[in-house]
Amino acid sequence: MINNEGIIIYRDVHKWYGDFHVLRGITFTMQKGEVVVICGPSGSGKSTCIRTINRLEEHQRGEIIVDGIELTNDLRNIEAIRREVGIVFQQFNLFPHLTALQNVSLAPFWVLKMRKSKAEEVAMKLLERVGIPEQAQKYPAQLSGGQQQRVAIARALAMTPKIMLFDEPTSALDPEMIKEVLDVMKNLARSGMTMIVVTHEMGFAREVADRIIFFDYGQLVEENTPEEFFHNPKHDRTKLFLSQILDY
Amino acid sequence: MDENQLAGYADKNQLPPPSERIPAIRWLKQNLFSSWFNAILTIVSTALIMTIVFGLLRWALEARWEVIPANLKLLLVGTYPVEYLWRVWAVVYLVAFLLGFSSGAHGGLMRRVSTTAALVSVVLAVLPFPWGTRGWLLGIAVAAAAGFGLGYLGKGIRWCKRLEIASWILSFPISLIFLNGVGGILPVIKGRTMWGFMLNLIGAVVGIGLSFPVGVLLALGRRSKLRAIRLVCTAYIEIIRGVPLISLLFMASIMLQLLLPASVRPDLLIRAMLTITAFSAAYMAENVRGGLQAIPQGQYEAAYAVGLNKALTTILIILPQALRIVIPAIVGQFIALFMDTTLFGFIAILELLNITRSIMGNLEWRGTIFELYVFIGVVFWILCYSMSYVSRRIEKTLGVGER
Repeated sequence: MINNEGIIIYRDVHKWYGDFHVLRGITFTMQKGEVVVICGPSGSGKSTCIRTINRLEEHQRGEIIVDGIELTNDLRNIEAIRREVGIVFQQFNLFPHLTALQNVSLAPFWVLKMRKSKAEEVAMKLLERVGIPEQAQKYPAQLSGGQQQRVAIARALAMTPKIMLFDEPTSALDPEMIKEVLDVMKNLARSGMTMIVVTHEMGFAREVADRIIFFDYGQLVEENTPEEFFHNPKHDRTKLFLSQILDY
Repeated sequence: MDENQLAGYADKNQLPPPSERIPAIRWLKQNLFSSWFNAILTIVSTALIMTIVFGLLRWALEARWEVIPANLKLLLVGTYPVEYLWRVWAVVYLVAFLLGFSSGAHGGLMRRVSTTAALVSVVLAVLPFPWGTRGWLLGIAVAAAAGFGLGYLGKGIRWCKRLEIASWILSFPISLIFLNGVGGILPVIKGRTMWGFMLNLIGAVVGIGLSFPVGVLLALGRRSKLRAIRLVCTAYIEIIRGVPLISLLFMASIMLQLLLPASVRPDLLIRAMLTITAFSAAYMAENVRGGLQAIPQGQYEAAYAVGLNKALTTILIILPQALRIVIPAIVGQFIALFMDTTLFGFIAILELLNITRSIMGNLEWRGTIFELYVFIGVVFWILCYSMSYVSRRIEKTLGVGER
């Protein structure tokens, strides 16, 4: 099972929602420490694609190997992978009945079986890392969107994941709050975390990504370095997409 | 621009909201005498209300209220032997003590409830009861105060909280055993289907205590991915909800009599309590399911994504939110269950409503039907209103982190 080919390996992955063919043969490989940005028009399957990595969506054909473990219906594999992969959602999905600190310390306590004091200490350190230790005792509804998303990042980091997935993390935020979240993500990328980010923030992609993947109609249309992607795209579809989002 | 300049900009142009007070005369004119027709309606309905209120007052002043103190023991505990009444008091003290303990340990809502209970007992003790009863009543306040003291001292000690929860849970079976008696230790009291209002209370407490967990399990079962479990739960819920409680009670009292031999048949009271539990659980399940359906898919995804398994996700993430949403519906169900215990009267159990009939049958108290029914109404109203008050407070307290 162990191999050195990459931390995430997709081989000809397909998925259908009923009759709708969402993922039409995705193949790519990611190395440890890489930051990959996935972009593309809405409905192109980019969110579905990253959600197959921790089995929030099931793929129906092909294989996905995460850190040497193949994703199958085996519950133990799924739980093992979920412990190594953190995800941040567009809608934050914080637990509204728990404080920011409890949101973060929940998994270390119940899943990693840390002592309660230890779990809270870890959670507090993470809240400091995302810059909001003073909000620890507040409930999600009392926080701004940007603060909520930073708590969500801390919550995912609390499981000390090897891979972090970001599913349009800034799309639900007010413009004034996007930067604070992107800054946290940038620092995370610099610390060597393996990251896949679905986003429309092209500035972030240009500055932070090692590679950009362009999706359309459930297919991987183009895979390129940021430099090449923006200045010298290979594919016509990519050119059209870029002209639409950049030339405003 | 510096901070002060910014702050000044925010404060400038801030106006107070317009006043919304309306003078009384204008209010009357606007709402009650806006036209000739409305003026006539106002006068006629005022006259009608006055007639009814004065009629009620006159009746209330002339009514033979002495029927209630004279039969109070019969109404509240039925045929429970006088020489063993101390056991009932002991149970009341246990509850008062626990209430006091919780209020000492947490404050807030618990403190309000226990203070009210203690105050009520003191006020009652001032009323012209026999001296012995006054003593017992004051004991409630003493028990609550003792509990409060201990709870206050134990606040913050970790095992204290566990002890508190354990004693609350254990207090239910202990109270029941204590009231009933156990062979060899405490004499078993005969005729436990004739305990008056105590049966309504016991029926409600047992029904609520059992139907809540059963209802939650049924609700989860109805949403289970396993087909067999889903089918069984759905069938149970739909069948029970399609049958009136009274017919279920008749079935439990008469049909079981025919079907099961006496040796394996639980006694009438237990059958009645199990029936009302089974009935209420089906409704409870649908209430809880409503709450479960209100939880967005994202909550499940977020819980799975941090590595929680299905059981932990349900217990830690989904149920706390789902139950909070349906507190009003659940408490409504509790209140309905409490009032439904009066249906026990139809299967020859002498609960409060049924025992009043035996009082009315007594020649000495002929014609006191209204007095007794008013008393029943007031007793039920006080308890049901307390439940709904507590539920509103709980909602408010839990509402802190609501979206």
